[in-house]
Amino acid sequence: MKIDATDVGFERLNAQLRASNDKECEITGCLGQRFIAAGEKDAHIILKGTPGNALAAYLNGATIEVFGNAQDAVGDTMNAGCVVIHGNIGDAAGYAMRGGTIYVKGNAGYRAGIHMKEYRDKVPRLVIGGTVGSFLGEYQAGGIIIVLGLTGDKQIVGNFPCTGMHGGKVLLRTGLKNIVLPKNVHAREIKVKGSEFEESIKTFCVLFGYNNEELLDSGYTLITPDTSNPYKQMYVQN
Amino acid sequence: MLKEGEVRIPSGCAIAAVISKEGKRMTGEAIINSMKPMHDRSNGLGGGFAAYGIYPEYCEQYALHVFFDDKISRNECEIYFKDMFEVVNAEIIPTRTMPEITDEPLIYRYFVSPLQSVLRSMQLDEKEYVVRAVTHVNTYIKGAYVFSSGKNMGAFKAVGFPEDVGRFYKLDEYEAYSWTAHGRYPTNTPGWWGGAHPFGLLDYTVVHNGEISSYDANRRFIEMFGYRCNLQTDTEVITYIADYLIRRQGLTLEETASVIAAPFWSTIERKPKSEREKLTYLRTVFSSLLVTGPFSIVLAFDGGLMALNDRLKLRSMVVGEYEDKVYIASEEAAIRAMEPNVNNVYAPMGGEPVIVKVKGGQF
Repeated sequence: MKIDATDVGFERLNAQLRASNDKECEITGCLGQRFIAAGEKDAHIILKGTPGNALAAYLNGATIEVFGNAQDAVGDTMNAGCVVIHGNIGDAAGYAMRGGTIYVKGNAGYRAGIHMKEYRDKVPRLVIGGTVGSFLGEYQAGGIIIVLGLTGDKQIVGNFPCTGMHGGKVLLRTGLKNIVLPKNVHAREIKVKGSEFEESIKTFCVLFGYNNEELLDSGYTLITPDTSNPYKQMYVQN
Repeated sequence: MLKEGEVRIPSGCAIAAVISKEGKRMTGEAIINSMKPMHDRSNGLGGGFAAYGIYPEYCEQYALHVFFDDKISRNECEIYFKDMFEVVNAEIIPTRTMPEITDEPLIYRYFVSPLQSVLRSMQLDEKEYVVRAVTHVNTYIKGAYVFSSGKNMGAFKAVGFPEDVGRFYKLDEYEAYSWTAHGRYPTNTPGWWGGAHPFGLLDYTVVHNGEISSYDANRRFIEMFGYRCNLQTDTEVITYIADYLIRRQGLTLEETASVIAAPFWSTIERKPKSEREKLTYLRTVFSSLLVTGPFSIVLAFDGGLMALNDRLKLRSMVVGEYEDKVYIASEEAAIRAMEPNVNNVYAPMGGEPVIVKVKGGQF
């Protein structure tokens, strides 16, 4: 199915999407419509233009591919499925994500992966090809965030990454000396070949046409919560 | 009227701007279109625009845009204007009658020059004179609100959705080299005509998405310098802070941004020595003008504008360029509604000002 979203509001657009039984759908002319593909289970949806905020919120198994940039809060509380952004992504990407994978070719804004979480086999992954803004992985409770820093000269991550992190893993393609971290997390330099991260990086390379040998040979820093130094007395003396 | 904080309406906003670096004038059509994809960021309780370069035939006069509750307030205000100004022209601001915009006040504009004899006797510079007159009207003349007071520019605002407000004021018939726009979703305070954005004083106007946690601290400080926050919306204090820091204290725009959205002390500590000292100075001297809470703003002025996010970047804001124009908006979709061919959209960091000046400031 093909939908021209020009001058179509988000309610009608999503109603059309839900009413369709097509497993393949292409939406052109997106311009700021919110909540596109919210809760979608099993379709492959291609989006052209600029989809609005909360794209793929509560996504439950569908594959969403955006040829363009995405705005804020992509994959909010996403449960399963895959989102591929052939461009940049706005703030709060993967907000409270609890399953599935988001791949971003370009940069991410502030608070990427804020409060991601995991449970048993539900381990969300957020893979960002470019750089990210401040507060990466803020309050992260689970899941995996990978930042590759492939775009240009900006530092790979902004200020205050991993603030409040208490679960999950953050992997940055840079050396330890380039990152300022809070004292409640633990960081060490690692190689990714043969690690649990290899597959995600390979998939990223296939999706966006990068050479995976080069990326797999780079130096990485892995950040995890420091369980021997938990958060206490952060807000009140008790 | 109840002041900000005395009324609370629990409830985002939309902002957008376009400026030609060459000073080329454009109609209000594009900026109105920018507000359409962001419709749901507003709730119909306020919309407004600021336009620069629209009154070339009166470019030597201050253009006062005024709301009046009734003829009594208009008469009282006009008597005051005649004591203070030579009124070169006075007219009703043309509007379109449309079902989306109702309950409009009387909307007038006056092109005025300060009376030189009064100006000399008060021993003020011209801009300060105008500021005092505007503050006087907004504080003491019941039912009269000067909501725009710069030269060769004007704010247009109303209760309604911004795209409707643009049509209401026939902004497609004005030509400006710089436009800003706002769609309001009031948090805390009533949606009324005077409370819509932009807020203006002299040629400074502010459109703002956010909520100022530090409002009362900012207000108490700025009111010590003669400003009066009486329009029941937190944003107005940012306008006065800009006027105070830039016009009266002589700070640059970058310095002003470092006061309003001062970096954290931990961030300042990591800066090179000279920058560290400067930032420390600004944070110390103007500590009461730090604006906390989420915000994205566009501060527009004669010949340019500055876009700024709060230091935590709790509101979204993106910037793009195409040919001679720079576009700024809460959402990329809004920029693409103005110019589909923009190809380098990026999000500035929290506290990082984006400053655009027409012809590099030589305008």
